[in-house]
Amino acid sequence: MTTTLYVPGDAAALALGADAVAAAIDREARRRGSEVRIVRNGSRGLFWLEPLVEVATSSGRIAYGPVAAEDVPALFAAGLIDGGDHRLRLGPIERLPYLARQRRIVTHRVGIVDPGSLGDYLAHGGGRGLEHARRLRPAEIVEAVTDSGLRGRGGAAFPAGIKWRTVLDAAATPKYVVCNADEGDSGTYSDRMLMEGDPFGLIEGMAIAGLAVGATRGYLYVRSEYPHAIARLEAAVAAAAPWLREQSVDFAIEVRKGAGSYVCGEETAMLESIEGRRGQVRAKPPLPAVAGLFGRPTVINNVITLASVPAILAEGAAGCRDHGVGRSRGTLPFQLAGNIRYGGLVEVPFGLSLRQLLDDFGGGSRSGRPLRAVQVGGPLGAYLPASQFDTALDYEAFAAIGATLGHGGIVAFDDSVDMARQARYAFAFCAAESCGKCTPCRIGSVRGVEVMDRLRAGDSSQIELLRSLCDTMRHGSLCAMGSMTPNPVLSALDHFPEDFA
Amino acid sequence: MEVQEGHGLAAIIRRHGRRPDALLPILHEIQETHGHIPADLVAPLAVALGLSRAEVHGVVSYYSHFRQAPPGRHVVRVCCAEACQAVGAEALAEHAQRRSGDLTIEPVYCLGLCAVGPAVQVDETHLHARMTPEKLDALLARLERAS
Ligand SMILES: Cc1cc2nc3c(=O)[nH]c(=O)nc-3n(C[C@H](O)[C@H](O)[C@H](O)COP(=O)(O)O)c2cc1C
Ligand code: SF4
Ligand code: FES
Repeated sequence: MTTTLYVPGDAAALALGADAVAAAIDREARRRGSEVRIVRNGSRGLFWLEPLVEVATSSGRIAYGPVAAEDVPALFAAGLIDGGDHRLRLGPIERLPYLARQRRIVTHRVGIVDPGSLGDYLAHGGGRGLEHARRLRPAEIVEAVTDSGLRGRGGAAFPAGIKWRTVLDAAATPKYVVCNADEGDSGTYSDRMLMEGDPFGLIEGMAIAGLAVGATRGYLYVRSEYPHAIARLEAAVAAAAPWLREQSVDFAIEVRKGAGSYVCGEETAMLESIEGRRGQVRAKPPLPAVAGLFGRPTVINNVITLASVPAILAEGAAGCRDHGVGRSRGTLPFQLAGNIRYGGLVEVPFGLSLRQLLDDFGGGSRSGRPLRAVQVGGPLGAYLPASQFDTALDYEAFAAIGATLGHGGIVAFDDSVDMARQARYAFAFCAAESCGKCTPCRIGSVRGVEVMDRLRAGDSSQIELLRSLCDTMRHGSLCAMGSMTPNPVLSALDHFPEDFA
Repeated sequence: MEVQEGHGLAAIIRRHGRRPDALLPILHEIQETHGHIPADLVAPLAVALGLSRAEVHGVVSYYSHFRQAPPGRHVVRVCCAEACQAVGAEALAEHAQRRSGDLTIEPVYCLGLCAVGPAVQVDETHLHARMTPEKLDALLARLERAS
C-alpha cells in the first residue's frame, strides 16, 4: 500500500531545508522498500515547526516537526509510515492548538492540498464558487460580494463590492481584472503562502471577478522576490485554462513579474508597470475602476481579497459577514513576524486584541526579552508600544489610535530596538522607493534622513523640524508612500521619546 | 529597421510580441539569459517596441531588479527589512559586506520569510532562514569554492 507523506514546498519551508527532508524521505523509503508518495503541499504556517512533515494515516494526518534530513532514518525506524511515536511527533495536525484556535476560511486549503493538482483542488471544494457564479447575472455576483462586507485586504480596506459595481457599470470595453500580488510590506507573507499553497483558489477568484464585471483578461502581478510563487502560479494558470474553457468561462490570465519596486504595489503604479513603463503613481481621478489598465475599466484587488471570493459565492455572503466586528467583516490572515517565538499565519475573525495574537499565539519574543514595540501594517504602519497592545484588531479601532492594520503583518521587536533608528529607516526606505512624482515625498524623505541623523547625533532642536516635515509629507503627498511614512516616524517619536532624546 | 540578431534579442522579442507592454517581460528574459541588461541592447529593443531609447533606459534604471552590469559569480541578497531587522539583519548585512570576493552581496527588502528571519536568498531561488554571521560565513565560503 502506498503511503502519502506531505513535505511543504512553501518558500519558508524550503529556506529551512524542506527539499533535503523530502529527498531523505525518498531515499529512506527506497532503501526500506516502502511505497510512499511525497506531496509538496503549502505550509500550515506554523513556522517554528517547519519543515513539518505529515503522514496520512487511517486516523487522519499526523504531524512531525521540525524535521531535519538527519532525523529521517530514525523517524522511519519509529514507524513514521503508520504515524508511530517519536520525539518529533506532534500528533494529529488539526489538534495543534495554534491551528485549532484559528478560523481558517480564505486559507483553509493552504497546507492541505497538493497545489500542483487541479484534481485535488476540486476534490477539496474548489470550483463551487465559480459554478454558482456562472448561474448568476453579473449584478448578482457583485451583490453577493457587497453583501458579504468584504473589504480589500491589500491595505486600504475599500469595500470590494463597490469597486466591482463601478467597473460593471462602466461603459468602456474591454475591461480587466488585475491581481495585486506585490506583497511588498515587511512582515507579510499571506499572499505568498496562498499563491504557493492554493493557487487555484486565487485563479477561481479572478475568474469570478471577470464574470462579475465583464472582463475576459486578467493580469497577476507578482513581485520578483517571489520566484517560487511565480512558478506555482504559472503552472496553475496553464492547468486551469482548459478547466475554465470546459465551463465556457472566457477568462485568460497572464502572470507578470515585478522588478523590485515597492511602490509598484500601489495600484496605479502597478498599472503603469504592466503597461511597460516606470512604476510611477498616477493622479486620481480617474479611478482605475473607470480608466485603469490601458485606459480601460479595471478591477484591481489584492490576492487575499480575490481568494476570499469563491467561498462567498459557494457558501453565501453570511459566511464572511457573520464573522468579525463593526465594519470589519470576516477573517484576516494575520502574519506574526520579526522577533516572535511562534511566528506564523493566524487567520482569525477581526476583533481579537493585538495582545492575544502576540501572547496566546506568538508566545512572546524569540529572544526571550520583553517585547517593546510592534509595527503593524508594513513599513507605512505605526509602531505600537505595549500600552496599546489591548487594541482590537479591526480597521476602525486601529484608525482611532492613528494606526493601520494594512495587510495584517505584525512585526515584533524586543527591548533592544532603537526606535530613532527605526524612524530613520522609515525615511530611508521612502527615499529609496519613492516614485519621484511629488516633492513632499521625494525631497521630504531625504530631508527626513538628514534630520534623523542630526537628531541621533544629539541635536534635539531637530524635533520641531521633524514634526513639520511629517506634516508636509502627510498633507502634500500624492499617495500613501509619502503621506503615511510619517506614521512609523511619529508613532516612534510619540511613544518612545526617550530614544529621541 | 531590423532587430540585430546579437544576444538572441530577436527571438526574445518574437516570443513576447512587439508591444510596449512587453517591455518588462522582455527585460526579464534578457536578464535571465545574460545576467544583466547589456547596454547595446537598449537601442534595438527601443526600435522594435516603438519606444525611445530614453524610455527603455528609464525603465531599466528605475527598477532595482534590473542590472546594468554583470553580477559576480553568485548573487547573495540579505534581507534588510523590518521583520529581519528585529532579529539582527543589520549586523548580518554589515558582516556580509565586509567580504566580497567575486560574489555580489546586496540588500533586499523582504522575501516573505519574515517569521524565520534573518532571510537570505542566493541566485534568486535558494533560500536560507534564521541566518547568523557564522552560518553566512560558511555559506559564502561554499559559494566561493563552487565553480
Ligand atoms: C506604496 C503602496 C504600496 C502598496 N503595496 C501593496 C501591495 O503590495 N499589495 C496590495 O495588495 N496592495 C498594496 N497597496 C494598496 C493598493 O494601492 C490597492 O489599494 C490595492 O491593490 C487594492 O486592492 P484591495 O482593495 O483588494 O486591497 C499599496 C499602496 C501603496 C500606496
Ligand atoms: S507620495 Fe511618493 S510614491 Fe507616492 S506619488 Fe508622491 S513621490 Fe510617488
Ligand atoms: S522582512 Fe525579511 S523576509 Fe520579510
